[in-house]
Amino acid sequence: MTILDIIIQQLTNGLILGSFYSLVALGYSMVYGIIKLLNFAHGDIYMVGAFVGFVILSFVSTLLGDGWLGILPSMILAMTAVGFLGVLIQRIAYRPLLSAPRLSILIVAVGVSLVLFNSVMVVTIGEYKAFPSGLGYEGITMGHVHITYTQMVMVGATAVLMIALHLFIAKTIYGKAMRAISIDMDACRLMGIDVNKIIALTFFVGSSLAAAAGVMAGVYYGSIHFFMGFVIGLKAFTSAVIGGIGSIPGAMLGGLLLGLLESFGTQLPWVGTEWKDVFAFGLLILLLVFKPTGILGRTEIERM
Amino acid sequence: MAEPSTPPPAAAATSGLAGLEERLFVFFDKRSRRRLVQGLLVLAAVSIPLVGDSYLLEILTNSFFYIVLCLGLNIVVGYAGLLDLGYAAFFAVGAYTTGILTSQFDWNFWLTIPAAVFFSIIAGVIIGGPTLRLRSDYLAIVTLGFGEITRIAARNLKELTGGASGLIGINRPSFFGLELNQIHHYYYVFFILVLLAVFVSFRLQHSRLGRAWQYVREDEDAAEAMGIDRVAVKLYAYVIGAVFAGVAGCFFAGKMTAISPETFQFMQSATILMAVVLGGMGKIPGMIVGALALILFPEIFREIGSVRMLVFGVVLVMMMIFRPQGIWPERRN
Amino acid sequence: MRILQVRDLALSFGGLNVIDRLSFDVDEGSIVSLIGPNGAGKTSVFNCLTGFYKADSGEIRFMDQPVTKLKPHKITQKGMARTFQNLRLFKQMTVLENVMSGMHCRTRAGALGAVLRSGSQRREEAHIRSVAQECLEFVGILALKDRLARNLPYGDQRRVEWARALATRPRLLLFDEPAAGLNYDEKERLIGLIRRIREELGITIFLIEHDMGLVMQISEKVVVIDYGKKIAEGGCDAVQCDPKVIEAYLGREDEEGAADERNRS
Ligand SMILES: Nc1ncnc2c1ncn2[C@@H]1O[C@H](COP(=O)(O)OP(=O)(O)OP(=O)(O)O)[C@@H](O)[C@H]1O
Ligand SMILES: [Mg+2]
Repeated sequence: MTILDIIIQQLTNGLILGSFYSLVALGYSMVYGIIKLLNFAHGDIYMVGAFVGFVILSFVSTLLGDGWLGILPSMILAMTAVGFLGVLIQRIAYRPLLSAPRLSILIVAVGVSLVLFNSVMVVTIGEYKAFPSGLGYEGITMGHVHITYTQMVMVGATAVLMIALHLFIAKTIYGKAMRAISIDMDACRLMGIDVNKIIALTFFVGSSLAAAAGVMAGVYYGSIHFFMGFVIGLKAFTSAVIGGIGSIPGAMLGGLLLGLLESFGTQLPWVGTEWKDVFAFGLLILLLVFKPTGILGRTEIERM
Repeated sequence: MAEPSTPPPAAAATSGLAGLEERLFVFFDKRSRRRLVQGLLVLAAVSIPLVGDSYLLEILTNSFFYIVLCLGLNIVVGYAGLLDLGYAAFFAVGAYTTGILTSQFDWNFWLTIPAAVFFSIIAGVIIGGPTLRLRSDYLAIVTLGFGEITRIAARNLKELTGGASGLIGINRPSFFGLELNQIHHYYYVFFILVLLAVFVSFRLQHSRLGRAWQYVREDEDAAEAMGIDRVAVKLYAYVIGAVFAGVAGCFFAGKMTAISPETFQFMQSATILMAVVLGGMGKIPGMIVGALALILFPEIFREIGSVRMLVFGVVLVMMMIFRPQGIWPERRN
Repeated sequence: MRILQVRDLALSFGGLNVIDRLSFDVDEGSIVSLIGPNGAGKTSVFNCLTGFYKADSGEIRFMDQPVTKLKPHKITQKGMARTFQNLRLFKQMTVLENVMSGMHCRTRAGALGAVLRSGSQRREEAHIRSVAQECLEFVGILALKDRLARNLPYGDQRRVEWARALATRPRLLLFDEPAAGLNYDEKERLIGLIRRIREELGITIFLIEHDMGLVMQISEKVVVIDYGKKIAEGGCDAVQCDPKVIEAYLGREDEEGAADERNRS
């Protein structure tokens, strides 16, 4: 393998990994932006997304067959279902505590995370499930590097989702309301915005994006597991901080950046795959020391 | 007894008893009454090994161990109001310090304790120092990451830690020539640790530092305006919590003589947090009750098995929504 | 001697200039007021002085030392204490414990002292307690010391805040609208208290206040700001007659006229 091969290979890996991180990071950042909550359960939403997609795909593939024809509608159904799950969680667990001390809502988020992944653990008896994607390894080969169509479709799908999100936030009245609430929730209430509805919508969108990432991860890795959300939750948070937490373009950028850094990082002699998580968390800590506002985040002076 | 109306005869008898009780309680004001209860509890705990079987002792020893961890985490979460999701990492620091130093460098068990304290402090400062300057929420996620880093490091540094299969052959502590190798030995060792942890927690809570934690917890800005260095105060809490776990970890390693990275998973941290929330953050008796409940509950309801953590999650959410002060009752003011 | 010097202070939030090249001095031992219409930036000035907001530019000197970049707790340690416009008590704690917080920066016992309860630690605790009680006595609510702060009536909660600020042993005391929400009697007592703080404790006073009667009664100097800019400074009489001040508070003559016109039609 030449240097160029390695670069292309790691670029591809990094983009795919980064897509997953970005999609999950978006939910983190959106929720943080709007109610200043670090939603620990968000990584588990991604995991649940993968499992819901798995169940739906098992049914759908008997009707539509394997391959993208079955996967795409399953993904959309999973996104919808998990979106509602996100809203439900917000309604039951977070809404009663929005005005309580911050510690309470953080602890509740931990509780929700426990509930989610342990439910899946109980149902699956903690086993890995093979994801029936039925996709082959066709693709294009450049030098020693083989890039599958699956990989390309995935990066493409992520791009589509991000553009859609961007348009939603920038152009629709709901997007405008979200941005307004993140600046001043009380003022929005006074202006007659149904704040609770917009918060619910934020959870819906954030959760569906995570579910999309979950389904794609299932397709990509070929197997899913109840604990798969834990580390990606941490990584997505790191991505959100890299980009600037609360910032939507920041989350996209941060995810891709972390994906690339990690892929190339594994090439460093003293990092390797064994230490790649340590590498990512180390990065997080360094970032928090030197630039806690991230790349695109604003320095906010809290009102006294 | 200053009731103006004459009570009916039956009631007179009971109120006579109550009167006796009242007169007794004149000797015991509220404080000495509490002392008495505490004394009786200690007496009961000390005499259990004389009657209990080794299964009971094993469970109770385990509970004592969790009480110490809960009291430590309570300093961070209950006193200073910080969320630490990687607490098990500090317990790993202590356990591995003892494990590595005794099994590979042949240190005496007792000498590894100061070393573990030292490493716990270092780890606490490295993680807490930068993070505590930011919004408190960041600490939660960074500690989560730290927990993972520690576990991964324990897996990967094979020469030192034995990798995924862990360390074996850790020296047991001995006490004036007596090797501590019976369950009732450890029962007493951990019981003494509990007493020590309660004592230290109590003294800290009722001190200048303890008040500072409460000021910062209630209103960070006002505390700062009063000249309190909020970062330093939080760091104190974080590091003291780390030391509690580190020391507990040493004794854990000494008792088990074998440790492996999987003992220090996120679930471990979540379990300790669960006990703290259940007992009531900031309350010393609450920590004891919380830890006991946490250990005894799955022992009594064996069939729950794998659903245990699911139940914990549900309880955690319900507690925070409906009874954030924990199951230990509030003291009336 | 000048205890506080502010030079060209500027602060903006998202393009809005909240403080605009503001300069003024406070003389040691004086009582100075900062006034201005709602939203003029008065509290923001206090927040800059006490280190809660970091000014974009400019310099703040306190007792001839620069404090512009210091953290709030350092500034308090140097001898500048403040109260908050919206009460910021430690609500779940007793009145005495609230006031004891002020002594934190004047004492040093740490974790080890707490655990060992050494002699010096015990003496220090006793000292903290006695100073806190003195401060409560000074503001006249020693009798309430064991009550929970949140259970006190509003006027008494304000006094707890004053006692708490006094307990930091300040040289300069910043009051942010101390009279807000107080009744007539309480205001009278506040005036007496402010004078006693200066006379008996020798502490310089710098306050924000909307009650002009109170301001004119006690201030030796008044600084007026509007939209973050200083529009007048000087003795009470001079400031009261200043057309710019009248304009800031009442609006311009013609605007006023136009509004009246509109109301009539
Ligand atoms: N942290 C902040 N972020 C954004 N804007 C702020 C912040 N703090 C203050 N402001 C704005 O700065 C301006 C001045 O506010 P400030 O509280 O200093 O006024 P004030 O003179 O104290 O008013 P009042 O008399 O009502 O207390 C206001 O427009 C306010 O909204
Ligand atoms: Mg103000």
